[in-house]
Amino acid sequence: MITVENLSKSFTQNNTRVTALDDVSLEVPDGTVCGVVGTSGAGKSTLARCISLLEKPDSGAIRVDGTDLAALDGSRLRAARRQIGVVPQGDSLLRQRTAAGNVALPLESAKVPAAQRRSRVAELLDLVGLSDKASVYPDHLSGGQRQRVAVARALAAKPSVLLADEPTSALDPSTTDSVLTVLDRARSELGVTVLVVTHDMAVVRRIADDVAVLEEGSVVEHGKVLDLVSEPGSRIGSTLLPETDQAELVRSPGGEHDVTAEVVLVGFAAVGALLPEASNRFGVELSILGGGLTRLGDTPVAKFRIGLSGERSESALKWMIERDAHVRRAPVSVDGVAA
Amino acid sequence: MTEVTPWSEVFELARPATVETIYMVLVSTLIGVLGGLPLGVWLHLTSPAGLSPMPVLHRIISAVVDVVRSVPFVVLLVVVASLSRLLVGSAIGSTATIVPLAIAAIPFFARLAANALREVDSTAVEAAVTTGAGKPRIVWTVLLSEARSALVSAVGVTMLALIGYAAMAGAIGGGGLGSMAIQNGYYAYDDRVLYTAVVLLGVLAWGMQLLTDWVTKLVDRRRSLANV
Repeated sequence: MITVENLSKSFTQNNTRVTALDDVSLEVPDGTVCGVVGTSGAGKSTLARCISLLEKPDSGAIRVDGTDLAALDGSRLRAARRQIGVVPQGDSLLRQRTAAGNVALPLESAKVPAAQRRSRVAELLDLVGLSDKASVYPDHLSGGQRQRVAVARALAAKPSVLLADEPTSALDPSTTDSVLTVLDRARSELGVTVLVVTHDMAVVRRIADDVAVLEEGSVVEHGKVLDLVSEPGSRIGSTLLPETDQAELVRSPGGEHDVTAEVVLVGFAAVGALLPEASNRFGVELSILGGGLTRLGDTPVAKFRIGLSGERSESALKWMIERDAHVRRAPVSVDGVAA
Repeated sequence: MTEVTPWSEVFELARPATVETIYMVLVSTLIGVLGGLPLGVWLHLTSPAGLSPMPVLHRIISAVVDVVRSVPFVVLLVVVASLSRLLVGSAIGSTATIVPLAIAAIPFFARLAANALREVDSTAVEAAVTTGAGKPRIVWTVLLSEARSALVSAVGVTMLALIGYAAMAGAIGGGGLGSMAIQNGYYAYDDRVLYTAVVLLGVLAWGMQLLTDWVTKLVDRRRSLANV
């Protein structure tokens, strides 16, 4: 488990003080994947560099299993670095070493004997699906393959935390997928806690359990992806879920329907059956006015704008809420027609 | 002095002169690399963007390196003549000339080495830092290893400069092909000797250039295909 506690960092740039991180706290439980997202300039890189222990924070702590690594120096810092595997932003492989040679680098620092080193390197290349590229030099690998070698290298010293800084920024969507699969596998097969700093929401959509949103150096949202999406006003929700047609709402505020509402449904059962069942059970006419279905990790999630007509519309809504649908009433229209 | 020196005598002159020039250049290159490489590494590490920044000391040593590098070699030759006498017991001859050559070679190579190291991708260096590698390991396995072909070609550039310097030393009794060209050729109005020496210097320089180009390619693994 890695926790970031009240991390602050500022720089002097062109004689002005720039606060890159302002009291940032994060908690990533063991064996989860947490995405840290934000626009450029939000402080993502600084946070990544602090967690990589390349940059010392002005204040605050970075704890891996309780120990504050940000406070260490010298040989204790070097030893602590092995607890956090880092996939740095950009091309970070040694071009004069083969893929296997690059993966072996942390093992050489940790003075692992040669025989053990070879078998560990073979294991890691197998994990990232590049066993056949062991003796290939980075210049002959594709961008995605190079990034997977970097992941294997980061995992070599058996760290408990893996930090990937913009691992997909230079990749096309299909290659992105192969890198994300490898990160996901690191979590599921090695039990590593994965922290991915990215501007790419596809990363959050595909592999993140948790997510933190950075904005101007502060965490403005942090929690489980599936919890956040159903929270009204959540930035994560509005980015990850399908749009419900806002124009429709303005044109017919309740109009032909007795009740209109936005529902967020999480999971197979809810997405598949809740709406038709509500309609049947309460004898109301249910129409879908907007929205759609998406998938977050392995979980289907739907967001619909629905219109209900019939005497028992209110009861149908209440029934859905009882079954964990996240329902938000459409706002009252400008004409003052009561919802 | 209208009589032309027979070719046999020209060769008698050229053979030891060539050997002397090669000897001076190789020994001073070796000293230049042995002294200049650590200095170049130090300059790189202590630079503001390096792994152990030491702004003040870096600026001082950097200035010293650049000043020594910009002293014209003819001046350096004269200035260190007494040092040569002290070190090798003489101020003339090829062994004595090695002293100023080495003094010129060390900062020359140090600067080239520092530049070569600067070209190593800083992301790769940081990646090594995050693996918990110590500085000696980073210098060896990342900096020197990644910059290997640039360093070899820096050795080549140094050697070529030293061939020129060694010839210049010939003007004041330094021995080698430079002496042959100036003392036995130019001052003796013997064009055959003069141009033989000049051609040999050219061939020597060209050969060393070819050699270092070949080694540069040989040590560069980046483009080599997998041995699968």
